[in-house]
Amino acid sequence: MRTVLTVFSKEVVDNFRDRRTLVTALLMGPLLGPMLFAFVINLSIERSLSDADSTMQLPVIGAEHAPNLTRFLQSRSIEVIDGPIGRAAALDAVKKGELDVVVLIPAEFGEQLREGSPARVELISDQANTEADRDARRARNAIRAYNQQLAVLRLVGRGVSPTVVQAVTIDEVDVSTPSGRAAILLGMMSYFFIFALLMGGMYLAIDSTAGDRERGSLEPLLSLPVTRDQLMLGKIAAACLFMAMSLMLSLWSFFFALKFMPLEQLGMTPNFGPAVVIGAFFVLAPFILVGASVMTLVASFTKSYKEAQTWLSVVLIAPTMPILIVSILNVRSQLEFMFVPSLSQHLILLDLIKNEPLNLLHVAISITSTLAIGALLTWICARLYRREGLLG
Amino acid sequence: MIVVKDIHKSFGPVRALRGVSFDAPDGRITGLLGPNGAGKSTTLRVLYTVLKPDQGSATIDGVDVVSDGLLARRKIGALPHGAGLYPHLTARENIAYYAALCGVEKVALDDKVENIIALLEIGDFADRRSKGFSQGQRTKVSLARALVHDPQNVILDEPTNGLDVMAMRSLRNLILKLKDDGRCVLFSSHVMQEVAALCDDICIIANGKVAIDGSADGIRERTGCDDLEDAFVAAIQMVGAG
Repeated sequence: MRTVLTVFSKEVVDNFRDRRTLVTALLMGPLLGPMLFAFVINLSIERSLSDADSTMQLPVIGAEHAPNLTRFLQSRSIEVIDGPIGRAAALDAVKKGELDVVVLIPAEFGEQLREGSPARVELISDQANTEADRDARRARNAIRAYNQQLAVLRLVGRGVSPTVVQAVTIDEVDVSTPSGRAAILLGMMSYFFIFALLMGGMYLAIDSTAGDRERGSLEPLLSLPVTRDQLMLGKIAAACLFMAMSLMLSLWSFFFALKFMPLEQLGMTPNFGPAVVIGAFFVLAPFILVGASVMTLVASFTKSYKEAQTWLSVVLIAPTMPILIVSILNVRSQLEFMFVPSLSQHLILLDLIKNEPLNLLHVAISITSTLAIGALLTWICARLYRREGLLG
Repeated sequence: MIVVKDIHKSFGPVRALRGVSFDAPDGRITGLLGPNGAGKSTTLRVLYTVLKPDQGSATIDGVDVVSDGLLARRKIGALPHGAGLYPHLTARENIAYYAALCGVEKVALDDKVENIIALLEIGDFADRRSKGFSQGQRTKVSLARALVHDPQNVILDEPTNGLDVMAMRSLRNLILKLKDDGRCVLFSSHVMQEVAALCDDICIIANGKVAIDGSADGIRERTGCDDLEDAFVAAIQMVGAG
């Protein structure tokens, strides 16, 4: 035990002095996720807010044929400007992406309106162009609203109640809570936490295997009167400590980052207070052992520091796979998932963020199965560390 | 006391050792001499237990290196070829780490580290991080690391590599001092003169086999060469022919 402790404390001191390890473990890992998240959130908030308020310019051909429609559009902050000359030019401009949307009002529009026959307008847009679709949708909605208004007026003019044409109405009742809505966004954070956690121990895992070998410090170490199991355990324990620090830091940095995100404007109240931070740490903590042992395992197969780095970047992505598959298939959290590391942590974290009561059986299975898998992987690492080929 | 009996070792198709036997008694310096790739390092690696022999046995103070590797390692101090230090630790920390792993008691640890630093004249750079050390400084610290727990048996793989004249001299003095303390010193080299000047017993290895062993005079006599270098060449040719 004393030996394991000696190895552990040496690895900790050694890595605290290594700038690269420190930067990745304590800076990059913990800050990358929250920063990316803040960026995406702020961008989408900006967009959704600007949609409603800002004035949009709508090129219209033949606006003079429909002065009332033009005024109606103006009342909805849509400024009507002159469109291209002729339909062909308009089609061309939209196709080339010079204009997002063009409305064409034929000369007979007024006449058709007076006769009470459906008055045609053309709305030219490129529906494959998602950027342009936003403006097209807004123009379409405005014209539909104008249609609605005229129809109601016509019915009233004929002495018919407008409710006649409303056979069924739908009242939507949304039971989602503000924290539930926030969970849709915050759900993706679980991967960032796992990512930060793995980053924290990455260089220790490389250092204790490929790095030690490349530096020539492995062979003298193995000639000492200690067992290889003790060495391996000390090194994995040190990797675990760094991973735990990274995880803790990334959780807190996200906690502070959330304070600067105007999520309330999206109708979301993130449930990510100090209690959730602590809870999330304990939910994710068992994954540390899996992470440390997997990284050490993979790194121990590599011949050099560079090769280890390459392979470990693959390991960084691996935990997303179960999360991704489940979110694409859109299946509900179920018991079997709790046996899968990273996925079980993700699902429990989601419940935590949604502020839903935790299924204690799920939590227990997640913790024990993840720890068991971690212990198994650690054992495999120790076995591999005993083989002769270790020295390369 | 190190006893090696008929050890064989293959790496895939390469037969690195094909029956190496020799003794390295206490209070004497034994030199393992041979051209590059002869099997010197492989032999020493078997002795400090990072490799297992396919056949044969070796004991250190009577402890078998295969069946009781942990106890055997307790009895040796080893300097592997090209041994590396931890660049972020100071020389003193590097040495203290090994002392702690060798089971040196906490109370005695600082004194032991201080003694070996004085003995190897490391004092000037003892508290600097080993990142920028010269080859000579690195070798000294590696050596200090291997000797800090007072091992009875000292195994050094090409310790003089990359050392300048001054460093070489102090290493030679250190090895002689270890001998005077009654320890068993076994070191490998491919430099003839070095071995001739220092060793009581010489074991010439070529092609994974012992070509000849004995004192310098004995070897000269048996090969019929006055010059040790000629004897070396003659011995190697004997193995090549056989």
